[in-house]
Amino acid sequence: MTTYSLISVILYLILSPVIACLFSGVDRIVTARMQGRRGPKLLQPFYDIMKLFSKENTSVNEIQKILVMAHCFFAVFSGAIFFAGEDILLVLFALTMAEVFLILAAYSVNAAYSEIGAQRELLQMMAYEPMTLLTAVGFYLSVGSFKVGDIIRSDVPLIVKMPGFFLGFCFILVIKFRKSPFDLATSHHAHQEVIKGLTGDLAGPAYGFSELAELYEEILMLGMAGLFFISSDKISIIWAACAVVILLFCMSLVDNIFPRVKWESLLKSSWIVTLFAGGANLVILSLVR
Amino acid sequence: MRISKSPWLLHYDGSSCNGCDIEVLATTAPRFDIERFGIINTGNPRHADIFLCTGGVNSQNQDVVRQIYDQMPDPKVVLACGICACDGGIFKDCYNILGGTDTVIPVDVYVPGCAVRPEALIDGVVKALKILDEKNEKMKRGEYRSLTSSEYAAKINGDVKEAGDSEGEEKTDA
Repeated sequence: MTTYSLISVILYLILSPVIACLFSGVDRIVTARMQGRRGPKLLQPFYDIMKLFSKENTSVNEIQKILVMAHCFFAVFSGAIFFAGEDILLVLFALTMAEVFLILAAYSVNAAYSEIGAQRELLQMMAYEPMTLLTAVGFYLSVGSFKVGDIIRSDVPLIVKMPGFFLGFCFILVIKFRKSPFDLATSHHAHQEVIKGLTGDLAGPAYGFSELAELYEEILMLGMAGLFFISSDKISIIWAACAVVILLFCMSLVDNIFPRVKWESLLKSSWIVTLFAGGANLVILSLVR
Repeated sequence: MRISKSPWLLHYDGSSCNGCDIEVLATTAPRFDIERFGIINTGNPRHADIFLCTGGVNSQNQDVVRQIYDQMPDPKVVLACGICACDGGIFKDCYNILGGTDTVIPVDVYVPGCAVRPEALIDGVVKALKILDEKNEKMKRGEYRSLTSSEYAAKINGDVKEAGDSEGEEKTDA
């Protein structure tokens, strides 16, 4: 590990929750304005998390706390690997591991809504996993390496070679960010019954840990989206930042426009996009090589 | 940070005529935009800080009210919304009605009205927030733990001496 990657990991660990909270705060204000409301304060997501950690530490069983903390650890760990410039496959597997711990936490409480939430989260994983793996393969075909450190040193921004992958990745980003129409397992809106199933039985600090993990995960996913725009040229970092901001705005827009879909539509649509956008791009990339 | 910056609400309908529920829902709808105070209308007692209870408590739903209250992590406050939740209201003498919310769980703020107006509700929630902050401060110092519903039942059914105990609820009229 070089000094450079060490610094970027430390920055990731410290700044991620702050940046993700600010993004989330802006998102909530933008959403409110789209609905003709004033909306909460910019720092509201930060207040929410601080509150959750100050609440009473109750849980249905002991294993639930451990599983949620493992979820948080692996979410942070996968981001740390990414920002250290290491293998992107390892990042994705660690991220899957994090999700599995959250699902296990939901199953462990043996409650109806948590169980439905966990099942829906599994369906969401089925929907987005093929595309994330294909994206990693796409990076390999374009650059010849799975290492993030090598991917960011490509001659041209990879969006040029991988527009299909980017389209597919944007699609599954909506699932990862838990935005409507794909917020089946747990949602930022409609804190009711089934839609909040996955985190339904997490209370106080345990829920805080799951929220914290989500913040780290969001920064990781935005980092991966930025990877499509970064090249050896230093100015490309600005383009990547612009792309990420536009992407966030588009997700707020989509969140407000579309109603929640059923799980069948989620699976169908994400697999179709994966197959046609990602698959076609994959074929072209392998042929051109 | 004050806990009142992020109060999450939970609404439960006891046995009201639904008038208060409609008003509670109106309050949480975009017109009054309570999200500007950081308030979220959650459907989950485990995530909630403020319990809005409308309607009187009857013999069938008393256990539900107790369970919701017990599942909420400390610090928490309870609002009795509307006159039925305050003391049973027009249904008070019905054979199945036990009385207001405070017959089964400790109530912190009583918001009267038939039906309770959104303005009164918001006023009540703002009063509840102060109590929530006080409770949080006491909890941090290890001086406070809210009564469970069974402890509360023992208290109101049992000896009157304990009723003046400082561990209990603070009553405020909105």
